[in-house]
Amino acid sequence: MLDADPAPLVSARNLTKHFPILRGVIRRQVGVVKAVDGLSFDIARGETLGLVGESGCGKSTVGRAVLRLYDLTEGSLVFDGTEIGAMKAERLRDVRPRFQMIFQDPQACLNPRMTVGSIIAEPLVEHTSFSRADRQQRVRELLDAVGLNPNFANRYPHEFSGGQRQRIGVARALALEPDFIVCDEPIAALDVSIQAQVVNLLEELQEKLGLTYLFISHDLSMVRHIADRVAVMYLGKIVETGPVDALYDDPQHPYTRALLSAVPIPDPVVEATRSHIILEGDVPNPANPPQGCRFCTRCPQAKKRCFTEEPPPREIAPGHIAACHLIG
Amino acid sequence: MTAASLNAEPNTEASVLEVENLETVFHTQDGMVHAVNGVSFELKPGELLGVVGESGSGKSVTMMSLLKLLASPPAEIRKGAVRFEGRDLLQIRDEEMRRIRGGRIGFIFQDPMTSLNPVFTVGYQIVEPLRLHMGLGKKAAEDRAVELLRLVGIPSARDRLSDYPHQFSGGMRQRVMIAIALACDPKVLIADEPTTALDVTIQAQILEIIRKLRQELGMAIVWITHDLGVVAGIADRVAVMYGGAIVEQAGVRELFANPQHPYTRSLLKTMPSVEPGARETLYSIPGQPPHLGEVPRTCPFGPRCDQAFEACQASNPALRSVGNGHLVACHWEAVDA
Repeated sequence: MLDADPAPLVSARNLTKHFPILRGVIRRQVGVVKAVDGLSFDIARGETLGLVGESGCGKSTVGRAVLRLYDLTEGSLVFDGTEIGAMKAERLRDVRPRFQMIFQDPQACLNPRMTVGSIIAEPLVEHTSFSRADRQQRVRELLDAVGLNPNFANRYPHEFSGGQRQRIGVARALALEPDFIVCDEPIAALDVSIQAQVVNLLEELQEKLGLTYLFISHDLSMVRHIADRVAVMYLGKIVETGPVDALYDDPQHPYTRALLSAVPIPDPVVEATRSHIILEGDVPNPANPPQGCRFCTRCPQAKKRCFTEEPPPREIAPGHIAACHLIG
Repeated sequence: MTAASLNAEPNTEASVLEVENLETVFHTQDGMVHAVNGVSFELKPGELLGVVGESGSGKSVTMMSLLKLLASPPAEIRKGAVRFEGRDLLQIRDEEMRRIRGGRIGFIFQDPMTSLNPVFTVGYQIVEPLRLHMGLGKKAAEDRAVELLRLVGIPSARDRLSDYPHQFSGGMRQRVMIAIALACDPKVLIADEPTTALDVTIQAQILEIIRKLRQELGMAIVWITHDLGVVAGIADRVAVMYGGAIVEQAGVRELFANPQHPYTRSLLKTMPSVEPGARETLYSIPGQPPHLGEVPRTCPFGPRCDQAFEACQASNPALRSVGNGHLVACHWEAVDA
């Protein structure tokens, strides 16, 4: 999990976010949901880190924590050389324009009563001293950059299709020329034929503008396509990370293996002969994760040790790290 | 032209379900929407027919129409016939239809949370169809319910009968839905995107259950999905829908090895794979799916098709056989052949 890159753009150490569970009339705290429990990772400039895992594993919480949309429970977060992990909201405002987010549901994240032009211009109003004319000019540029007709600025979100709305979300994220964008399931709500358009757009913009992405998705095949490196999460922990080809071709952690084996391959001849690793049961409750290795309750190869001792991350090959007792 | 006359498949067994020229429209404030435009297909005993297509292609509306589950208005089934056990389901009375639905024809929907009633226990919801359709007594129905929950792989089944839907996880809820659908030994099971809302690991579990149950129970299944990977793994035959019509239909291996319709080819090309391969730009289909304000008179895929020519703007191609049980609705081969 520790990369030796000279100056990563984003660097998280022991990133932790626990949510309190409150009960009763006086809202007494009776426990915590350990949504993100001590993650360490780096994201180099211009690279795409894919973050995969099942629903409820904490991937979206990581995305939000990295943007400081939450107060961290613990840990350090360095963005471009500045520690922002414990930074106060006031000072954070100055840094915020440099990191942005693209959301899953383009329907829900656009205000239906605002024109597309004013949606995209809103960050400019907040964070720049652009004149009205400058803002309009910039909106036209942005619409053009995401492949929409600049004359559509006066239309409302409902006049656009799902794929086009996601482009509007991308344009808004780009308005302040950020360095880093968290894409939280940006294509999950789109049809297959439209997904490819949005992913191609994200890649094209990355090349043109030198953007850095944290790409959160449960779609393992799309992550293989877009990411440079991948981190696999299970119950608030990263269980394996590595360069995309190494991780997909030679997965080390039993969970990564099961996850990859569960993805259906669109070829009936291959599917007929392929053996699937079928995991038993569901993801355990993150408020009460298993002792030892968090995957031990579902792991087909779990040994005695896995139930008592938490496996430390180990480097198997350069940059390829897995946390499992059975490796090495 | 009936579905039967078009189908040149070697399997000559009588079909369990035959849908012929089904047409469904919706009357909306913004005018009429022609959601299903002449869909015909048949289902052989024990067969799994995969239906693929994007949202708005008419997959779900077709299935809801044949189950007569659409509220009318706004929906109106304008034409067609649905033959099941010697009767036309579109002609029979609602009361009779209720006896068939959930009995001889089972169904599973995409979202297991919204299709289970939150105020009744899971046990009650499985027992209900057993008592209603099969006339079982209380005790017998409960035993059967336990048996069903075991069948779909729910641990400590007897204890869980008294639990409410919110006490189950997403994957477990979908298993309960499958158990309810299977309760009365249906001849036909209609599954509308049953694994779309689930994680891949849970999807793999559900697919495994379906594979196993098919062999044990020998029912015919219609499986709606937008995921070609899922179809490749479980279907015998595949129908591809676009713009409210079936544009291609073939055996699963034939379809993947030899796709004929440009839409099917594009769809296969857009799929990224977990398999190693060149990380080039993904293929994407330009444009948008058609808005079905009127019955398409020209090829509905024409505006997005990279092989479109004059004929595509002149008429909407009908399904025709290209041999080997393979049907396609495209002008292109007609000229080529």
